[in-house]
Amino acid sequence: MSGELERGRTGLGATTAVAEPPRIKVEQASYAYAATDRTAPTFTLGPATFEAAAREIVAILGPNASGKSTLLKMMAGLIDPLSGRVELDGQEVSKLDPRTRAQRIALVAQESELLFPLRVWEYVLQGRYPYGKRLRFESDEDCLMAGNALAQVGADAVRDRWMDSLSGGEKQRVILARALAQHPSLLLLDEPTQHLDIGGKVELLRRLQKLARESKYTVIVVTHELNLAAEFSDRIVLLHKGKPLRAGTPAEVYQREVLEEVFEAPLDVELRVNGRPRVMLRGIR
Amino acid sequence: MKPLTPQRIARICGLLAVILFAAMVVSLRMGTYPISVRDIVLTLFRGAIGHRDAVPSEFWLVVFGLRLPRIALGILVGASLAVAGAGFQALLRNPLADPYVLGVSSGAALGAILSLLAAPHVPGAIQLASFLGAAVTIAVVFFLGLRGGHLDSPTLLLAGIMAASFLSAVIMLLMAMLPGRDLHGVLFWLMGDLTTSPPTTRVPAWFAFLFTIFFLSAGAMYTTATDLNLILSGEQEARHLGVNVNRVKLVVYVAASVLTGLAVSVSGAIGFVGLLIPHAMRMMFGTDYRLLLPTSALGGAIAIVLADTIGRTVLAPTELPVGAITALAGAPVFIYLLRRRMR
Repeated sequence: MSGELERGRTGLGATTAVAEPPRIKVEQASYAYAATDRTAPTFTLGPATFEAAAREIVAILGPNASGKSTLLKMMAGLIDPLSGRVELDGQEVSKLDPRTRAQRIALVAQESELLFPLRVWEYVLQGRYPYGKRLRFESDEDCLMAGNALAQVGADAVRDRWMDSLSGGEKQRVILARALAQHPSLLLLDEPTQHLDIGGKVELLRRLQKLARESKYTVIVVTHELNLAAEFSDRIVLLHKGKPLRAGTPAEVYQREVLEEVFEAPLDVELRVNGRPRVMLRGIR
Repeated sequence: MKPLTPQRIARICGLLAVILFAAMVVSLRMGTYPISVRDIVLTLFRGAIGHRDAVPSEFWLVVFGLRLPRIALGILVGASLAVAGAGFQALLRNPLADPYVLGVSSGAALGAILSLLAAPHVPGAIQLASFLGAAVTIAVVFFLGLRGGHLDSPTLLLAGIMAASFLSAVIMLLMAMLPGRDLHGVLFWLMGDLTTSPPTTRVPAWFAFLFTIFFLSAGAMYTTATDLNLILSGEQEARHLGVNVNRVKLVVYVAASVLTGLAVSVSGAIGFVGLLIPHAMRMMFGTDYRLLLPTSALGGAIAIVLADTIGRTVLAPTELPVGAITALAGAPVFIYLLRRRMR
């Protein structure tokens, strides 16, 4: 087992958590949705517990309606946990005021449509909003940070283009740049790979990994991509029907029986030499 | 990367203010009583420094007694409608929204008609009644537009449209009961015109009162300009970036509604300015609300002053209601801008 971990450390996106203290702690946090205050909840997210340190990537996996986005919203401080707590650097996130929260946590949601056209640099500058007065004009520092963010995602070349003229991959990078312009410590992404082709998916995850390793971000990604999650993340949280089923390294979580039950599909899991599992669809006879 | 600066806003607004002043001078010049541009400027200047004695009395009457109050009313109404339109477009996240979409004007019209029925010759009754009608509509639509305790844009839009059509139906019924003479007044009012004289002899005080309401409401909306930029890129994203979306919506709803009620109660329902001017300003100066709100105010003022000048001179001495002119000129201009944008 320890040999496996040793190999894991040298491989792509190896386990690094040992030295860093946990940055975000999710402790027995649960949530329930109801149509009104008086009716019984229509969806509950069971108590979830896990933590993540700086430089770590955590993937939240699960079928549709398993509670992935709810868990992400709770970590973003947008909804209060019904019980338990979510802490960022020792402070409860739902207690932070909105601007302080936006300085520490950036949430990249599934994209929404712009009502009026906007230039890329105008869009990225929006990420500086939490750092000023309510009615504000951007400073030189804001421009510098926005420029750095664009450079970090390799989107320098498109800075003067209109948002609606970008390709899917470019757009995803620009949205990520706006999140980086917030200069957060925690980066949350809700299905960022959804509209990308396989090349775009790998490119984005490599970039996130680089950001985590080199710029000390903690990255939490909600995704449907089992194999990419196994390849790039340090920890996996697996949800099923609102229950956090497993949390651990990819190798610990990817057990054939568990995945088959959760995703209701015939699956095979094999462990590769770098210590990361690979999931395949078993041939249907 | 060239972010917006206060200097750029001042430059563009200064330019528009010069155009507005030119439009005012043109408007003061036009009419049955001839008066030269030089005399207009001299009269304005002497009036401004308080040298009334130096001005011939007929110039004084024409400029300060007749034409300037009407121009001031046009500026107030145009600026209010354009700022309200820009506000509603952001609040409802709908480029087709205008100041009347939520029924504020229908409520005001109903108030005006009721006052014509009940107290036809009381000065100020029509303004007061229409402002009350607008206020009641604003309050009712607000409560209908709540969802989970907060303003929900789609719910608000539907509630407003329903309120507007209900009130229009009531107006139609009442109009069938009005005698012919009053009906003409109501029709002019529904189209929008600037001929209604102030309900008091203390004209400067009346305008000071109206412009105070304008600056308070427009100023309140301007404090949310940065937030509105973010809300336009997505309400959820704005929340993630730390915008207090519910507070912003409340401020914009109240401010835009008060501005609409203000404009409608002194001039009736002048169409197209509130829809067209914010779009025209966007096409010229971009979508940033920190620049869009002041340019819309000035653009709306210019549009109404010019439209009213056309309305009272083209078929003189017959006066056309300014609302008919804005709709006649506005609809083709809007279609032109729309087609140009599609290409």
